[in-house]
Amino acid sequence: MKNCEYQQIDPRALGTSNTRTSTTLKLPKNSQRLRRKWEVFPGKNRFYCDGRIMLARQCGVLPLTIGLIFITSGLFFTFDCPFLVDHLTVFIPVIGGVLFVFVIFTLLQTSFTDPGILPRALPDEAANIERQIDNSGSSTYRPPPRTKEILINDQVVKLKYCFTCKMFRPPRTSHCSLCDNCVERFDHHCPWVGNCVGKRNYRFFYAFIVSLSFLTSFIFGCVITHLTLRSQDENGIIQAIQDSPASVVELVICFFSIWSILGLSGFHTYLVAANLTTNEDIKGSWSSKRGEESGNPYTYNNIFTNCCVVLCGPMPPSLIDRRGFLPPDDAPQTVTSDTELPPFMSKNDANMCTQGTKELLESMAHSTVIQSTCAPGTPKTAPVTQESLLRTVSITVSPPNRPHSTGCSGRQARHPIDVSCSQKGNKRAALHTHKPMLHVPSTPYSHGRSPLTLSDAPDMGFIPLN
Amino acid sequence: MAETHSLQDLRQAAVASKVFVQRDYSSGTICKFQTKFPAELESRIDKQQFEETVQTLNNLYAEAEKLGGRSYLEGCLACLTAYTIFLCMETHYEKVLKKIAKYIQEQNEKIYAPLGLLLTDPIERGLRVVEIIIFEDRSIGSR
Repeated sequence: MKNCEYQQIDPRALGTSNTRTSTTLKLPKNSQRLRRKWEVFPGKNRFYCDGRIMLARQCGVLPLTIGLIFITSGLFFTFDCPFLVDHLTVFIPVIGGVLFVFVIFTLLQTSFTDPGILPRALPDEAANIERQIDNSGSSTYRPPPRTKEILINDQVVKLKYCFTCKMFRPPRTSHCSLCDNCVERFDHHCPWVGNCVGKRNYRFFYAFIVSLSFLTSFIFGCVITHLTLRSQDENGIIQAIQDSPASVVELVICFFSIWSILGLSGFHTYLVAANLTTNEDIKGSWSSKRGEESGNPYTYNNIFTNCCVVLCGPMPPSLIDRRGFLPPDDAPQTVTSDTELPPFMSKNDANMCTQGTKELLESMAHSTVIQSTCAPGTPKTAPVTQESLLRTVSITVSPPNRPHSTGCSGRQARHPIDVSCSQKGNKRAALHTHKPMLHVPSTPYSHGRSPLTLSDAPDMGFIPLN
Repeated sequence: MAETHSLQDLRQAAVASKVFVQRDYSSGTICKFQTKFPAELESRIDKQQFEETVQTLNNLYAEAEKLGGRSYLEGCLACLTAYTIFLCMETHYEKVLKKIAKYIQEQNEKIYAPLGLLLTDPIERGLRVVEIIIFEDRSIGSR
């Protein structure tokens, strides 16, 4: 009987690396916990709630922002509202409450949403790009050309090569040095919300600053009304202030905030109407000062359309798949020091259909590749990833020694945007430097610290495998 | 003539090379891939078939990013609810992405796998490229 049972088992299901890999992928019964992709994310971000929430590593003054909003609103509801409800209407705290909730929700959405981070290029993709631009096919360690020019709506646009992410940046994408990520439609890195502002969270950011303008103006107006009414009741403004000192605190905070927040809202309203980003506006990418016929190629030449597109357009998905699972890696040391991203083998539910097959095929492919390069005829039983294959090859990409491409650091001090850039503009903001917010492109030298090591033996790579 | 293979047979195959179809930015930042036929695929697949696949993908992405009544309605509704509906509802874009995944799987099963090719869903590559894996012909069918 026992023999019969053994014979009934399909021999092809045992002993080969293929199925073992598939079972390992599908049933993680081994001691190794399946890791999620956010755990190996190469950018400088922090993840909470198992990848559901993400922040920049330097969360800046986000706690201060939240604190100020809570304190001001708390004082308002505690000290001013009772008086105003008695003297005016009950709608005052209602409106205040709605605005407050709106502000907090949009602030949290701005801070915790993926701004539109582009995942870094996988090694084979990066090698393919380098191969395409290295015409001579020689094995010199020349850095690839840094720009590629394309035509968008009959306008010449330069695409730059990102040495950290190993790809040509799509138009309007910029690399944030604080977060060490390329972000699509990069606007700026905002320390007040502790995150970059990009394609996916710009509308939240805009809603945040607009609703915050309304909230601060509303509180300011209510406090002035409160003090005025109280001074009429009690024969003097001094007496009124002594009776309600909290109102003075609110007044001071709101007074200094209003200038900056309203200015910022106005500035961003202009950007939305012109379909520009802060980054483009500061760099003057499409200004007519250059003497050419350069206009913004992304605008629809209609304020209403631009507003609709930027604020109410379709919400793009997150490209980094934080909560997807990594394929089990029995050689964790293969992740190189420059933290190459492991293959995106698993994805969200949208791709569950192809996922199983693809994982199978790719892991087959890699194990078979190793088989052919190492010892012919001895199949490797361990699944190998692209990193382990890469260890046998090495190319050094040296960064260019070019000067910083943007004049933003030079222009910051003089640029009229200075006022609006101080975001929340209380006293501390005035002292706060603009640099972290405007320093959006990465320096060439930061790329130099993380060279990709792929050898210059393209024949050994898995692209042309012979 | 190359032998026809199924998706299962490809598990035995070795990866010969990968072809990357890049994005086409001539119309702006919308998601669109170049329909130029890569030279490496000349011996493996019909040019028209390939172009039709890429064009269909482009059309699907255009549908996802289409600006119209529906997307504006979704955007306005989201704004009014302080964008909390994004936490509950699946957006139009995500629905179309599922359609795209299904289309790619179907194309792989019907057309590409029998020719020893495999399309990778661009979303897995950050919507930067359409990766086409070319498998070696020799090892298929020999086991």
